[in-house]
Amino acid sequence: MLKPRIIPCLLVKNKGLVKTLKFKDGKYLGDPINAVRIFNEKEADELMVIDIDATNNNHEPDLKMIENLASECRMPLCYAGGIKSLDQAQRIFALGVEKIAVSSAAIQNPSIVSEIASKVGSQSVVVVLDVKKKMFGGYDMYTHNGKKNVNLNPFDFAIKMENYGAGEIVINSIDNDGVMKGYDLDLIDKVRNSISLPLTVLGGAGDLEDIGGLIRKYGIIGAAAGSLFVFKGKYKAVLINYPNWDEKDKLINKHFKINLNA
Amino acid sequence: MITIIDYGVGNVKAFYNIFSKLSVDVKVARQPEDLYNATKLILPGVGHFDYAMKRFSESGMLSVVDDLVMNHNISILGICVGMQMLAKTSQEGILPGLGWIDATVRKIDSNLLNQKTRLPHMGWNDVSVKIENPLFKNLDSNPRFYFLHSYYFDPISTSDAIAFSNYGKEFACVVNHKNIFGVQFHPEKSHHYGIQLLNNFANI
Repeated sequence: MLKPRIIPCLLVKNKGLVKTLKFKDGKYLGDPINAVRIFNEKEADELMVIDIDATNNNHEPDLKMIENLASECRMPLCYAGGIKSLDQAQRIFALGVEKIAVSSAAIQNPSIVSEIASKVGSQSVVVVLDVKKKMFGGYDMYTHNGKKNVNLNPFDFAIKMENYGAGEIVINSIDNDGVMKGYDLDLIDKVRNSISLPLTVLGGAGDLEDIGGLIRKYGIIGAAAGSLFVFKGKYKAVLINYPNWDEKDKLINKHFKINLNA
Repeated sequence: MITIIDYGVGNVKAFYNIFSKLSVDVKVARQPEDLYNATKLILPGVGHFDYAMKRFSESGMLSVVDDLVMNHNISILGICVGMQMLAKTSQEGILPGLGWIDATVRKIDSNLLNQKTRLPHMGWNDVSVKIENPLFKNLDSNPRFYFLHSYYFDPISTSDAIAFSNYGKEFACVVNHKNIFGVQFHPEKSHHYGIQLLNNFANI
């Protein structure tokens, strides 16, 4: 049976590993390479790395850093941050990254998604949507670390990205980022109902039961989390952690109610 | 000397690092001359079938690899699209494959999937071994591997299909015909399961 994916998401700023709260106040946690090594030992399902400086400061993806991360990483790696062109994407793939994610580039120029997909295949092209609740209901999409409202409906945009050949959609809730009080299930419902692509959700996981809730509701899903896998305890001491195979199997067996994959 | 064929498609570094850690002699071939002392070959691959075939052919290494595999009994392991290239044709493209195994690459039938998430087949899935094979020596009884693909390898001869996975229906995810091996999943990204499988290939 195909398993739901449990994915640590690492944020990088000035080459350091950070964790944000609602996309702000990046707290410095250490060296991202060390975190990758620990997730290797823990045998994590996948890893996602987002360079949160790149688009914001308008700089190119840091190829040296990506190369170091990719050659250390023994699990599938998805890189996001500052990718604007097919050429950049191909260079990053050549460094040993399995998936690349675009966000603001796909908003500015949706055909970048089909361009990359035609060369590397849809399975390796991910679109990340940073989404925030509107004051009076509904959701808005943002870029530049949640600072720039692009005035697009995220659900329509997700459908558009599926049509342009994306292989996976990542929904990142700005409101729930770092809050550790659970995922925004209303938001996830709406995206899940819009597309049939693999969906990964990020923002809000506070414990493994939050991930269990996703598995119960959606079956096959990518459950990504930042704080959950880098902090321990209510004072948020930095401690990289991740469930082992047995703990993961228990979680999946407990919550995977219907055999959606029969 | 295990030689990884680097034709600009696929994760060469990940294989190199794993074999280095296993203390297996490994090198990367970027041109035909680099292939001469190969005793085993790794053919990685990601992306579009035609793009991968075109790049392999343009690298100048295809005919040398063909000679090593067909006439000198050098074992080769194709990975993901590298496995699919071992077939005669693929529904993904119009270019012919290498044709070393009598097989067609077909698109996964998403109508068979009783779930919202359809394609690509992405993530960790169970693999069940149907025919004993040295690739699975010392592996857990219920191994799992990381998959990332929308097309699958469909061999004509059932004796070529070593292990299966299920996504909508069963499909052959490991094939072996004489000295030619292929795996649909990514052993280089499948932690201890993948490392053991690659070590087994090195020791065949």
